[in-house]
Amino acid sequence: MSDDVVAPVATAAPATHEPPARDITDGGPDMVQFLDADGQPVALNEVNSPYAEYVDAIDDEQLRSLYRDLVLVRRVDAEGHALQRQGELGLWPSLLGQEAAQVGAGRAMRPQDYAFPGYREHGVAWCKGVDPINLLGMFRGVNHGGWDSNENNFHLYTIVIGNQMLHASGYAMGVQKDGMVGTGDPERDTAVMAFTGDGGTAQGDYNESLVFASVAHSPVVFFVQNNHWAISEPNDRQFTIPPYQRARGFGIPGVRVDGNDVLASLAVTQGALDRARSGGGPTLIEAFTYRMGAHTTSDDPTKYRIAAEVDIWKKKDPIDRLRKHLESKGLADQEWLEALDAEADELALRIRTACQQMPNPPHSEMFEKVYAEPHPLVEREREEFLAYQASFEEED
Amino acid sequence: MSASSGAAPQKMTIAKALNAGMRAAMEADSKVVLLGEDIGKLGGVFRITEGLQKDFGEDRVIDTPLAESGIMGTAVGLALRGYRPVVEIQFDGFVYPAFDQIISQVSKMHYRSQGHLKLPMVIRIPYGGGIGAVEHHSESNEAYFAHTAGLRVVTCSSAEDGYWMMQQAIASDDPVVFYEPKRRYHERGEVELGESAPHGLHDAVVRAEGSDVTLLAYGPMVKTAMIAAQSAEAEGTSIEVIDLRSLSPLDLPVILESVKKTGRAIVAHEAQTFLGMGAELAAMIQHESFYHLEAPVIRVGGYNIPYPPSRHEEVFLPDLDRVLDAVDRSLAY
Ligand SMILES: Cc1ncc(C[n+]2csc(CCOP(=O)(O)OP(=O)(O)O)c2C)c(N)n1
Repeated sequence: MSDDVVAPVATAAPATHEPPARDITDGGPDMVQFLDADGQPVALNEVNSPYAEYVDAIDDEQLRSLYRDLVLVRRVDAEGHALQRQGELGLWPSLLGQEAAQVGAGRAMRPQDYAFPGYREHGVAWCKGVDPINLLGMFRGVNHGGWDSNENNFHLYTIVIGNQMLHASGYAMGVQKDGMVGTGDPERDTAVMAFTGDGGTAQGDYNESLVFASVAHSPVVFFVQNNHWAISEPNDRQFTIPPYQRARGFGIPGVRVDGNDVLASLAVTQGALDRARSGGGPTLIEAFTYRMGAHTTSDDPTKYRIAAEVDIWKKKDPIDRLRKHLESKGLADQEWLEALDAEADELALRIRTACQQMPNPPHSEMFEKVYAEPHPLVEREREEFLAYQASFEEED
Repeated sequence: MSASSGAAPQKMTIAKALNAGMRAAMEADSKVVLLGEDIGKLGGVFRITEGLQKDFGEDRVIDTPLAESGIMGTAVGLALRGYRPVVEIQFDGFVYPAFDQIISQVSKMHYRSQGHLKLPMVIRIPYGGGIGAVEHHSESNEAYFAHTAGLRVVTCSSAEDGYWMMQQAIASDDPVVFYEPKRRYHERGEVELGESAPHGLHDAVVRAEGSDVTLLAYGPMVKTAMIAAQSAEAEGTSIEVIDLRSLSPLDLPVILESVKKTGRAIVAHEAQTFLGMGAELAAMIQHESFYHLEAPVIRVGGYNIPYPPSRHEEVFLPDLDRVLDAVDRSLAY
């Protein structure tokens, strides 16, 4: 081993860098919130009042339907988790705890708005009208996504952290070029949303996407779910200044919202989307929330995180919070809640059955759709493969 | 635990052997530092760095931000400053964000500084399929790196190699891309801790002697090749299995000597065959030993499609049947 590469350096360098205190439980004074942890309205203040109009516009029926979304999305997630445990899925990334952030963002979107998700955005998919069954294919190993993104303007899940952020900026540039921004026509004006986690904010692609969107003034809303963990790494490994504050450095506004408050999440996203659609340019939203479960079903969070942290966040549960709010407004009686549970049961059963019945695709399908146009090598290999498979049948 | 105690052979998994190899290198040289995502408390998603942060501290086992280009570029800087970074890429499919740093900078630094600068770093990549994973978790991208001058590319197939090759790679003054066969992490084997390495980092090793066909394999495919040799023997065919171990440089003399003896060569790997390692091996073998060949060099590999959804893995990955089928085809000439 050669030690003579450069002059020897001190190996035990003093640790001069004090990590910042983790804002683990308190989103701080800048965080937009409309419902407190007990489901009680938060008084108007400097931070939330710009979004008050959006909350005022929510009628009782919408409130109840937001609650319905939260409950059903949680059930979709729980079913995904259970199916993995029973060997029906290879993997499942749970959104437990992040329902309000995703439903708020998802419900703020109009049909023409386009979403670029990571791999945990089951709640956004739900709001965009994607059948949850479609989400299972890639985790079952029968496809890599498979649904038609353009049907619901919900792109395929992206597993490589950060990649999708640039796709969103580019798609938004296309929207701009098409003149679908700032026309004043609510059916026409279009925005794009990009989703990532706190870990994703460290990626080059993420940072480049902010630069591109900022410079081009594109109609894109970046939605960072700061759920405090990137697998085993706490978010203080990803940044020392929170994403919503860093947005300024890219020349775009950043807002921190209570991601466990569906009303705040909805209102802030509506504000940002309106801005984008009207030609006001990009916004970064940091949804301050928490990953209640493991990273995925392959992860063991007891290796790196303390239970006390999870307990604190249990008290901030987004569904409990909205239920208390509904109850205090007399909007959620026992009968209605039970009917909703029954609906969730039915949904779960439908997902379970569809998952179990999802056929294994014939192996020859591997060779389909590799290229849009015929490719001689792939075609030859498909023929060879089929002949080879057939040779076993002849033997039998 | 000291790795240099000259103890009796130990049985351990490839995963544990790689861990022990890193541990030994860290004990031997205080400039060895580990960088990667989740490598600290969690010990990496495959637990290959388990316990190392606990024993060597957060200054030497560094949980990095989630940014592969950042990890790689930072490792370049650390190496320039005299450290020996060992970088973990979490899965094969996530090396691409770091591709630019590896191709543009890591591989060329020594050359463009006319030898003044050295980049002693190891890029560890768990690779290959067969674990039922989702997209981007099963790729064999070794050809990209083997294609790039300035990089050394190696892969282990046994616990003993995991232990020794890791130390040799860390000791190398060149950047080494170290491929770890993830579906074999839990295979056990004997490791002689403390004795000197049984093979050089770039030696190919004959794992099974044979006289009819030379079967070239590396990483996860070595086990398949060995099983193929055993079952062929039962049918009266004698296969010589060579574990390449090093993909760049290739240990050509060992390969050619075997082909000269058997007159037949088959290359088996998981990666797509088009422009893969097998293509290079076939070209070199036919060029160097044309007159010794009784049959064309045959490649058995992944098909030329993106790594498919896991339900297709069993037929995508070269298995015993496909290897033996290639043996039959070779012998039929
Ligand atoms: C480029 C890349 N590197 C590594 C991984 C492996 N990986 C999958 S998820 C993950 C953590 C992501 O954390 P975060 O962005 O905070 O999102 P979260 O999972 O918390 O929603 C990592 C490291 C990956 N998918 N892509």
